[in-house]
Amino acid sequence: MPALRLDAAALPPELDDLRRDVRAFLAEEIAAGRIVPHADNWLAGWDPAFSRRLGERGWIGMTFPREYGGSAAGSLARFVVTEELLAAGAPVAAHWIADRQSGPSLLKFGTEEQRRAYLPGIARGEIGFAIGMSEPDSGSDLASVRTRAERTGGGWRVNGTKVWTSGAHVAHAMIALVRTGPAGESRHEGLTQLIVDLGAPGVRIRPIRLLTGEHHFNEVVLTDVFVPDDRVLGTVGDGWRQVTSELSFERSGPERILSTFPLLAAVAGRLAGRGADAADRTRIGLLVARLWALRRMSLAVAARLAAGDAPATEAAAVKDLGTRFEGALIETVRLLARVEPDLASSDPLAALLAQSVLHGPGFTLRGGTNEILRGVVAKALLPRGEAR
Amino acid sequence: MNDIVQDLVDTVDAVCARHADPERDWNPRLWDELERVGVTLLPVPEERGGAGADLATTAEVLRVLGRHAAAVPAAETALLAGWLLAEAGADVPSGPLTAAVAGPDVALREDAGGAWTLTGTLPRVPWARHAEGVAVLAGGRVAFVPRGGYEVEEGANLAGEPRDTVRLQDAAARVLASAATEKAFRERGALGRAALMAGAMEAATGLAVRYAGERVQFGRPLARFQAVQQHLAEMAGETLLATVAAQAAAADGTGFAVAAAKAAASEAAGTVCRLAHQVHGAIGFTDEHGLRHFTTRLWAWRDECGNEAEWGEAVGARAVDAGTEGLWPLITAGADG
Repeated sequence: MPALRLDAAALPPELDDLRRDVRAFLAEEIAAGRIVPHADNWLAGWDPAFSRRLGERGWIGMTFPREYGGSAAGSLARFVVTEELLAAGAPVAAHWIADRQSGPSLLKFGTEEQRRAYLPGIARGEIGFAIGMSEPDSGSDLASVRTRAERTGGGWRVNGTKVWTSGAHVAHAMIALVRTGPAGESRHEGLTQLIVDLGAPGVRIRPIRLLTGEHHFNEVVLTDVFVPDDRVLGTVGDGWRQVTSELSFERSGPERILSTFPLLAAVAGRLAGRGADAADRTRIGLLVARLWALRRMSLAVAARLAAGDAPATEAAAVKDLGTRFEGALIETVRLLARVEPDLASSDPLAALLAQSVLHGPGFTLRGGTNEILRGVVAKALLPRGEAR
Repeated sequence: MNDIVQDLVDTVDAVCARHADPERDWNPRLWDELERVGVTLLPVPEERGGAGADLATTAEVLRVLGRHAAAVPAAETALLAGWLLAEAGADVPSGPLTAAVAGPDVALREDAGGAWTLTGTLPRVPWARHAEGVAVLAGGRVAFVPRGGYEVEEGANLAGEPRDTVRLQDAAARVLASAATEKAFRERGALGRAALMAGAMEAATGLAVRYAGERVQFGRPLARFQAVQQHLAEMAGETLLATVAAQAAAADGTGFAVAAAKAAASEAAGTVCRLAHQVHGAIGFTDEHGLRHFTTRLWAWRDECGNEAEWGEAVGARAVDAGTEGLWPLITAGADG
């Protein structure tokens, strides 16, 4: 049997109604001008009011139990909602990290008090989270984090710097991976996840502007920040295992395929309007065919996750192909669109093209570079130790 | 995949492991074994002599046959000839069959006594020289011409699989009315190739992984070179994509899904072949090495039953029709789409 395995899955038909509801809601939001489709809007579109409207409809925290404010609709229902939001280019950044990652981590590793403190607010779209993993000297190599937490009365004193922290300037809390003990031979020991209140004394947040000047990333400097014991997430020293257990969820979701979908949809409309020749149809058709296949891969991983499995390697392969596709799409659409990219253009196609081009470099970097992901896949393919 | 399908797949895998011999252009022993385990007419209804299985099961079995470079007309028999005959209400005979669509130069005639004859040429008919007969879709009819009723001029695809020219001269044919369309014929052929290709990609990737672990250069196995690891991972990803695409297309059964799957698989095949040979170095490029069984098939199959330009254009036509609002619903439509 091959080392990697996925079986195509279909969504349960009872989710069709949910999909229709989300589609109708988004069409109304766009028609009313409350949201404007944007490429890469799970990074760029921080719109707390929109997140609250989703929360009111029960479309955030769909994997949380009802007692914590969730809808308990399950991960496949969440898959439907998130892919609809992404395909529409809706501004989902304000709740994205909390809904995808921080909430499920709190549910899995958090104390009862932590769950009650955060999950209902996340599900209402009112509490946003940031991820405190990367550091100035620690990118894809997470085990090299240097931010330290030292024991102090009733908690921990934290010092260090986190970077590329999306949304830290607008989020409420950050789950930070910090060193609390010696690294050990594996380098994976002595790491702990802490829930850092981003309003706490000693937290300084400085923008790291994208090449467009947009402010999404931050440097978060922690100077003698006090984190009480009740804000340790999970077990002290178990941070590595906790972080890596989330990877299947983080890696293969529809956001690793659809960041530039609004651009593809826009060019389909342009071709419909101006008339497409055979070469145009072939070009857009190859993109659509590959996207269809990638979506089915993402869905296949989602189905395994929903069944309680953790196909981390398959998820890495999907993220590698999906994020490269997000970039390749731009290169083909440019040739079809024949417009100059312009962020300020009143032509949505020119604006979406500009957003996509300028955000493109991030697709194959965030959440672990594609080179690292392919290394993960190769190591799973090869007999133990052979890839080292 | 449920347990019953998994058991069937494992059985076919075991049969192939014992009997597959990719050096040959036709493997009658393997065919007999596949008939014995009952997979040669999988999707044909039971009352017509088949197993009554769905397309998804059939595609999984074809994937296994692709993984072993099985020299049998399994896709042609199960998905095309068996389908044409059963759909027209005929019992499907045992033995290898093949099928074709009659071009404009093929004439189907009925004489005063009600006997039918077929005259003309059918190009690149898979395994015609070994088949028990050819089922020809001609307009709204299916004509079945048994072995001996036609002349075969031997030809081959890049892998040496028989792709023969069939010459019919007043060939006696059994003719039935048919609701099958040329479009459906093309789609079923494409689905079969997509499934076979997924299997061949698995095999090529598997060979590259094994070779990279064994071959030592500069004092270490190729697998320890990060540049080689990147190739292996990319092959594995493309293989996974083709596999899921073939499975999804078989399960959905829609024209859109099949078109997308064949386009995606044909594109992926080029990448997998290129990287498989790159990892193998010169030895993979020789007739001493088994890699060629899979790469030559992939190079052939990606163009058979429509390549990525043909199916990509079909998908693109749907995408342009759908426009901005309709594109996403097109992509997410399931079996009903």
